[in-house]
Amino acid sequence: MLELRNVSSGYGAIEALKDVTLRIGRGEIVTLIGANGAGKSTTLRNITGLVPLTAGEILFDGKSLKGMPTHRITAAGISLVPEGRAIFANLTVLENLEMGAYLQRDRARNAREMDRIYTLFPRLRERRKQAAGTLSGGEQQMLAIGRALMTGPRLLLLDEPSLGLAPLLVHTIFQAIDAINREGTTILLVEQNANAALKHSHRAYVLETGSIVMEGPSQQVAGDPRVKEAYLGEA
Amino acid sequence: METFLQQVINGISQGSAYALLALGYTMVYGVLRLINFAHGDVYMVGAFAGYYIANNDAVQANLGASWMTAVVVMAGSMAVCAFLGILIERFAYRPGRGNSPYTLAFWLAIVGSSVGRMVGGSTPALLAGAAAGAVLGVGLDRLGIRPARQSSHLTLLIIAIGVSLFLENGGQLAFGADPKFFPEIIPTRRIQLGGLTVDSQRLTVLGVSVVLMVLLTLIINYTKTGKAMRAVSFNLDAAKLMGINTDRIIAFTFALGSALAGAGGILVSLLYPRIDPLMGIMPGLKAFVAAVLGGIGSVPGAMVGGLIIGLAEVMAVGYGQSTYRDATAFVILVLILLLRPSGIMGKRTSEKV
Ligand SMILES: Nc1ncnc2c1ncn2[C@@H]1O[C@H](COP(=O)(O)OP(=O)(O)OP(=O)(O)O)[C@@H](O)[C@H]1O
Ligand SMILES: [Mg+2]
Repeated sequence: MLELRNVSSGYGAIEALKDVTLRIGRGEIVTLIGANGAGKSTTLRNITGLVPLTAGEILFDGKSLKGMPTHRITAAGISLVPEGRAIFANLTVLENLEMGAYLQRDRARNAREMDRIYTLFPRLRERRKQAAGTLSGGEQQMLAIGRALMTGPRLLLLDEPSLGLAPLLVHTIFQAIDAINREGTTILLVEQNANAALKHSHRAYVLETGSIVMEGPSQQVAGDPRVKEAYLGEA
Repeated sequence: METFLQQVINGISQGSAYALLALGYTMVYGVLRLINFAHGDVYMVGAFAGYYIANNDAVQANLGASWMTAVVVMAGSMAVCAFLGILIERFAYRPGRGNSPYTLAFWLAIVGSSVGRMVGGSTPALLAGAAAGAVLGVGLDRLGIRPARQSSHLTLLIIAIGVSLFLENGGQLAFGADPKFFPEIIPTRRIQLGGLTVDSQRLTVLGVSVVLMVLLTLIINYTKTGKAMRAVSFNLDAAKLMGINTDRIIAFTFALGSALAGAGGILVSLLYPRIDPLMGIMPGLKAFVAAVLGGIGSVPGAMVGGLIIGLAEVMAVGYGQSTYRDATAFVILVLILLLRPSGIMGKRTSEKV
């Protein structure tokens, strides 16, 4: 469904990604793990057109995304839940979800979708009239995911959805990710919480200072001694 | 007491016109983090557009002195300014956000030609100034100093000054440097309200401003485009990720702000009919102060800020001297910067969202 071919990217003189190749098949949950500054967010910004590539190409359903502005990539069916959530704090919860539906003109579809999100995260329904900035961190993460789902993605990109959340909420978020995937959405999950990410994914890539150093089925990656030592905190 | 109330009414009326202008500054700042220094000049173009529409033969013959003339003048001027706002965004600020070095060079050339025209006063001086500006712009890029790249604030500032000078000099060429007199499209009548007299012009200014501000508030709060404007001003990248064509929203914001400036140009010309190509400078600065006072980026803030500036100005003249008029806004500016730089309704943090 999505393919990165020899992608390099950076910020001015800083090189953030070198020759990254990865692919995601329809229906999969693929995780990309790596330490701080490894280039995980940059990969997601490349896919969504927020940061340009310096080399390589990205194909979505076999078509190159080169030169496509972010809003058209969203329209094509890729949605990113950015690092730090980036919800619209000055809008209400409902208005945030409406912004997700910006391109969707079918009212019945939007109502259905909103219902699905409220079922997934009942907390959001209770707070729909509230300014999004007043939500707790976990609720903001739910809203960010809900808002991304409103765009109607076939591929959902999640950038560290569990960051800074209490264990119980981390559990809720991962449950939701599983549910979203079961309902047919392909997922690329970026995480520092390698433990949970490897448990909740089919395949994994390990990124180190801008390069992919390992890939494989998640169980197998989780069993690798180097991964155990560097990312799972086991000796 | 009655003179005081009279002053308050005059101040509110004057202030509502400043508020219209301040809204443009604050909305554009909201979406681009840019002070559009050409905004006062858009107001000037609005006044001239109204002048030419009102004096147009067809309008004179068909509408004459009827109230329809005032409506046509108002709507026409707002449309002209909205279009001008879109042009400014499209040909100055949007390329300025891209990474071509030639945008900066072009607008530096405009700045240079204006300086040449002012200093030398001749065509060769103008051309020499333009050439110097263009060379400087390209030279900076070649030297690897690239403020022109990646939407630097300095580049946008230079472009803003360039656009402003372009409109002021262009206005002098197109309309002539001598002042013109705005026709009386609203017949003067004195209206008694209790013990107070208000003239029909002031009442019109106040009424039209209030209606426009209510409309704007409805647009921003309840329409999809208005919500998208708020989303863009909170987080540009997140807005793009929603599928919002943010360039379009930014252009719409310019159109909206500029239309209000056009309306302001007409309304103020009802009170002070003397119009000239540099007339936008002073009200532009005062409205900018109003926007800062209200908290730049805040729409209700701009409305409140405009009213305060208008009231303060009228009071300073009424209870002080008429020479205090223009100084008032600047005293207020200094006070805000000292006491509360974020303004009345601005966020206290300087954190960029
Ligand atoms: N806006 C930026 N400007 C300059 N350098 C940047 C920028 N964003 C990221 N970088 C650099 O690019 C590299 C990769 O950053 P990136 O954000 O992709 O890492 P990450 O894997 O997401 O890290 P984290 O786990 O901390 O979120 C880092 O060296 C970082 O310092
Ligand atoms: Mg990151």
